[in-house]
Amino acid sequence: MKYTKLAAASVTALMVATPVLADLVFPSLSYRTGPYAAGGGPYADGFADYFTLVNERDGGIGGVMASVPECETAYNTEKGVECYEATKGLGALAYNPLSTGITYQLIPKVTADDIPLYTPGYGRTSAANGKVFSHVFNFPANYWHGASLAVNHLKDVSGGDLADKKIVLLYHNSAYGKEPIRTLEDLSEKHGFEFLTVPVDHPGQEQKAQWLQIRRERPDFVIMYGWGVMNQVAVQEAANIRFPMENMIGIWWSGGDHDVTPAGDAANGYKAVSFHGVGSDYPVFDDIQKYVVDAGKAAGNGDHIGKAIYNRGVYAAMLLAESARTAQEIHDTADITSSMMRDGMEALEITEERMAELGMPGFGPAFKVSCENHGGPGTGAIQQWDAAAGTWSLITDYGPSDMEIIQPLIEEDSAAYAAENKIEERCN
Amino acid sequence: MFYREAGDFKTSYRDDNQTFPIRLDRMGYYILMFVAFLVVPFFINDYWVNAVFVPFLIYAIAALGLNILTGYAGQVSLGTGGFMAVGAYACYKLMTGFPEVSIVIHILLAGGITAVVGVAFGLPSLRIKGFYLAVATLAAQFFLVWLFNKVPWFYNYSASGQITAPERSVFGVMVTGPNTEAWAKYMICLVFVVALAWVARNLTRGMMGRKWMGIRDMDIAAEIIGVNPLMAKMSAFAVSSFFVGIAGALFFSVYLGAAEASEAFGINKSFLILFMVIIGGLGSIFGSFAGAAFMVLMPVFLKNVLVGGLGWPTDLAAHFEFMIVGGLIVLFLIVEPHGLAQLWRLTKEKLRLWPFPH
Repeated sequence: MKYTKLAAASVTALMVATPVLADLVFPSLSYRTGPYAAGGGPYADGFADYFTLVNERDGGIGGVMASVPECETAYNTEKGVECYEATKGLGALAYNPLSTGITYQLIPKVTADDIPLYTPGYGRTSAANGKVFSHVFNFPANYWHGASLAVNHLKDVSGGDLADKKIVLLYHNSAYGKEPIRTLEDLSEKHGFEFLTVPVDHPGQEQKAQWLQIRRERPDFVIMYGWGVMNQVAVQEAANIRFPMENMIGIWWSGGDHDVTPAGDAANGYKAVSFHGVGSDYPVFDDIQKYVVDAGKAAGNGDHIGKAIYNRGVYAAMLLAESARTAQEIHDTADITSSMMRDGMEALEITEERMAELGMPGFGPAFKVSCENHGGPGTGAIQQWDAAAGTWSLITDYGPSDMEIIQPLIEEDSAAYAAENKIEERCN
Repeated sequence: MFYREAGDFKTSYRDDNQTFPIRLDRMGYYILMFVAFLVVPFFINDYWVNAVFVPFLIYAIAALGLNILTGYAGQVSLGTGGFMAVGAYACYKLMTGFPEVSIVIHILLAGGITAVVGVAFGLPSLRIKGFYLAVATLAAQFFLVWLFNKVPWFYNYSASGQITAPERSVFGVMVTGPNTEAWAKYMICLVFVVALAWVARNLTRGMMGRKWMGIRDMDIAAEIIGVNPLMAKMSAFAVSSFFVGIAGALFFSVYLGAAEASEAFGINKSFLILFMVIIGGLGSIFGSFAGAAFMVLMPVFLKNVLVGGLGWPTDLAAHFEFMIVGGLIVLFLIVEPHGLAQLWRLTKEKLRLWPFPH
């Protein structure tokens, strides 16, 4: 009797797990284990919950249901490759691996397999140049925009002049953390501030040496490019050496709620760059609560809603869903392929009205993707942590980044990639 | 009964000394080679090659290399990840520096460069032994990874410190880069594995292997009967690093396509390969393959069963995977401390007598 029940249960599980064919498949290469799980979990939840919402509330995208098969990568490139190969056969429309290392692996692969790769706010920055990277999209903002936005803010708070200031970049010693170095070097030349780099090796649980160095150098500001457990440790260490929190500014990946809560009141005033809205005061989150969480269909346990990284997952999913809709319109078919999806992403146009319709008024910038520009406008704002209330709030408006510095760097890096791989420029 | 050697007579020493003296073993080996070379390439797809075959073959080379050093010559090494990084970066520099030269030559040269680096880090083994040597090689691991992160020349000054394999072909067939066919990836790894396993087998049963084993079992006694410890230890380090370097070069160029020293060749890799060697069986060629198969295939198998088959959440499955693989390792080491190779040997012994044990 017991065994029959068990067998029946496993058969049901099998049937539930097998995805229905002809869905719009958006694989989620997530990581809910390992030192980066604190950020990977909420992001994957947000990503999955938005698609569940679209299915439950609107009956799918253009009448076709979306499915989000998950595959655990643990932020590890080898597992990322395995996950990519495992989910490719399901008819994947786009990949969003949330790891710069895996992105570097996948850029040549997706181009060969004709599947778009979407890396909002991470990945290879120069992929913003659509002339070289036909299948990679990183709108609405990238690492170099983030670096420039941080410097712009620091300039504002120092009364419009950064000369004689000293800025330290505390970074995750990987492709991710190294990305902004060139940009910050060029910015330091332009604004005349002194620039130092302090690397933290994976996973970043031990940062005594780095913070000793920072204490010795006495910088005016610290910019942080960290991820996972590294963020909380850095905030805690900064508190330990009594570094003024308002002078420490993280990239968006160092601006999660879980990064600042362990340090308690000491983290009050910590800042981070963001390219989208914070908090849960948007109608879309009420819908998620109603259609997804209360219906028991949430990917996690539903307690991440409105948290910074969860919101980013929702935002990324929304932009992918809108791209799929655009692709359906262009090709006049509801059942799109990955190649059509790519065209949809390249023709995506997000307007203020559309954002309001989707229940996310003012959540992100209005922008239009083009064949040349896969990188979006690169606007962003600064968010600050209020430890007493336990919330982030935007303290500036969405400002532009310094494209005068960034655009030549994008051209240079993508030209090097094109030369290495013998890619001819498109869009001419 | 099933596995027997009755009637299998040898009339020359040459016959008696061959790798597979028992006819049944030999047949099995020929069938395996036939299937590996002439059947698998026609049925392989992207998933199988990238998730199962290529990692297994490449890790088998690395495990062979470490087994020569640790299993045959008795020198414990925790620097395997670092030496793989040397192979990968050497291969990258050669590929981008001399694009007209064949990738096969680059991979062999990358192995040679790793051998030189391995000898340099092996020199302390003349003075220090056991755990202390393990710590010295651990230093090599950290130093090498730090070096490849710190000096931009190694990654051609790319903004992110990543190295990316350009497209290269062998006899007109792509073997690196995104447009590589699944079978081409598989074949180049298979050819290297078969050739290197053949070299390893013949080195270890010849004079050199006997010297290594002499040093392993009792270095003073070996020295007294005329084994030069300098030559024996250095040759073990050189050959081992050559194998590991080739594994690193293939790992970067054929398997991953893009790599970063601290992520792909960290301390975890050193431990992983050491586990393969210990679980497979120290001082055994078959053991290197068995260990690599166990450590590579087990997690993929469990993941497919737990997530794909039973529909568990991915995080729960990942945690269970750790527990099951860890538990199996402990179980294996308790049941058979000499590894899977010894288990296989015992099975063969039993099968010879079965079903009449007396």
